[in-house]
Amino acid sequence: MHKGKGMKFVGDSRIQDKGQRNTIPKDYSEYPGRTEAFWPNFLLKEWLVGAVFLIGFLCLVAVAPSPLEQQADPNNSAYIPLPDWYFLFLYELLKFEFASADYVVIGTVGIPGLAFGALLLAPFLDRGPGRRPSQRPIANGMMLMGVIATVWLTYVSVTAVDWEQREQYSIANATEHEVDTEHPGYEAYSNNCMSCHGENMGGNAGMGPSLLESQMNVDAVKDIARNGIGDMPANQFEGSDEELENLANFIVDNRPSSDGEGEGNGEGSSEGSSEGENSDSES
Amino acid sequence: MLQKLYDWVDERLDITPIWRDIADHEVPEHVNPAHHFSAFVYCFGGLTFFVTVIQVLSGMFLTMYYVPDIENAFASVEYLQSQVAHGQIVRGMHHWGASVVIVMIFLHTLRVFFQGAYKKPRELNWVVGVLLFFVMFGLGFTGYLLPWDNKAFFATQVGLEIAESVPVIGTDIKTLLAGDPEIVGAQTLTRFFAIHVFFLPAALFGLMAAHFIMIRRQGISGPL
Repeated sequence: MHKGKGMKFVGDSRIQDKGQRNTIPKDYSEYPGRTEAFWPNFLLKEWLVGAVFLIGFLCLVAVAPSPLEQQADPNNSAYIPLPDWYFLFLYELLKFEFASADYVVIGTVGIPGLAFGALLLAPFLDRGPGRRPSQRPIANGMMLMGVIATVWLTYVSVTAVDWEQREQYSIANATEHEVDTEHPGYEAYSNNCMSCHGENMGGNAGMGPSLLESQMNVDAVKDIARNGIGDMPANQFEGSDEELENLANFIVDNRPSSDGEGEGNGEGSSEGSSEGENSDSES
Repeated sequence: MLQKLYDWVDERLDITPIWRDIADHEVPEHVNPAHHFSAFVYCFGGLTFFVTVIQVLSGMFLTMYYVPDIENAFASVEYLQSQVAHGQIVRGMHHWGASVVIVMIFLHTLRVFFQGAYKKPRELNWVVGVLLFFVMFGLGFTGYLLPWDNKAFFATQVGLEIAESVPVIGTDIKTLLAGDPEIVGAQTLTRFFAIHVFFLPAALFGLMAAHFIMIRRQGISGPL
């Protein structure tokens, strides 16, 4: 029985294929031009390119540690969402009037669907025999427009982002704000305000805003606790004037920007939500 | 010794032709940067594969520490990032690799497109390649949620709203991805983890195999 390299079977392994099937590839000299064997000659050079690429890649990894933001908090109403950079062009598209609100389907499904559908079916849309770019101006023109639009939308989206402001979302800048539970006004806060404004005055989405960035003084806080403001109804606080005084002092003292505690890092006051808070108080 | 071992296996399995199919072929002059420097544009496909290998390996090591549940996901990533030896490097490779692979696959797509290399008989390989591009986008989108930080959570919420805006089946798509038509939470994280680690990589490997088999069958397209 024939053994070793080149042994062939037909479908049933008990029967050997006796046919002279030519499994040996064409000799390299039969190819046109200066060809090179993939194994091992070309692969050795390719390995070098790969190694250089890997070094560059690892330098990037070493220089720029991958970012991590603070733990997901579904109640954080101040957070401005931002997708990864390679989705920004789709995200930016939704800001156009013709692709948002009532027409959002055009921005989410219509335009991307057409563009990526055309990309997927490119060989069946561009059926001419010519391969040179000059022989297929329409296909190349469409592709160029698509590429330019993608790059431009990404660019516009990136420049619109306030990257310095986003820095504060990073885990490195997490401020673990905790209120002083020994404060004489804490009991009044926990009984009257905590259900809406949160355990640590950080607010509750849909219930009450954060009190941490507000700039109000003691008297303003007292007035709001009695008379309400905006969506907040009056008489949320029901207690003696002394308790009210303590409560207002508690809220003012426990803000990160207050001088007393020294917990603040100064960044809290520039946070996005402070705008909402201020406009609330002005209205 | 090695030769004997090879012969022993070859005698039983006839592996030489398999090996030849994979490695023993000619590299034409026009794609070889050693002869024409401009041929570096042919590297992007190989580099895409290279970064994909990095992604697979670094991802496998990440799952040794990562916990796909909303209580512990963030803590496990933070622990990996700050406590585990070289954890920052491994996560960094996976994080930046995701961006680099998109760049490489984009450049590879442009090269193939502008050279008209998708023309007959290579139409099917182009379609498979674009599907690979979609799978990569899907991997990027699902992988983004897994650290369970604010960026992940809110970007996913926006992404799911976009999925919901699809006419007729929008809500069903969102429910399939997020586990609930309204809530982005515990179910969403486990589903995205499953999609990112099992479903999409399975699709990726199948499509990649098809992509490479077709290239070996048809050879690389000739010079312009």
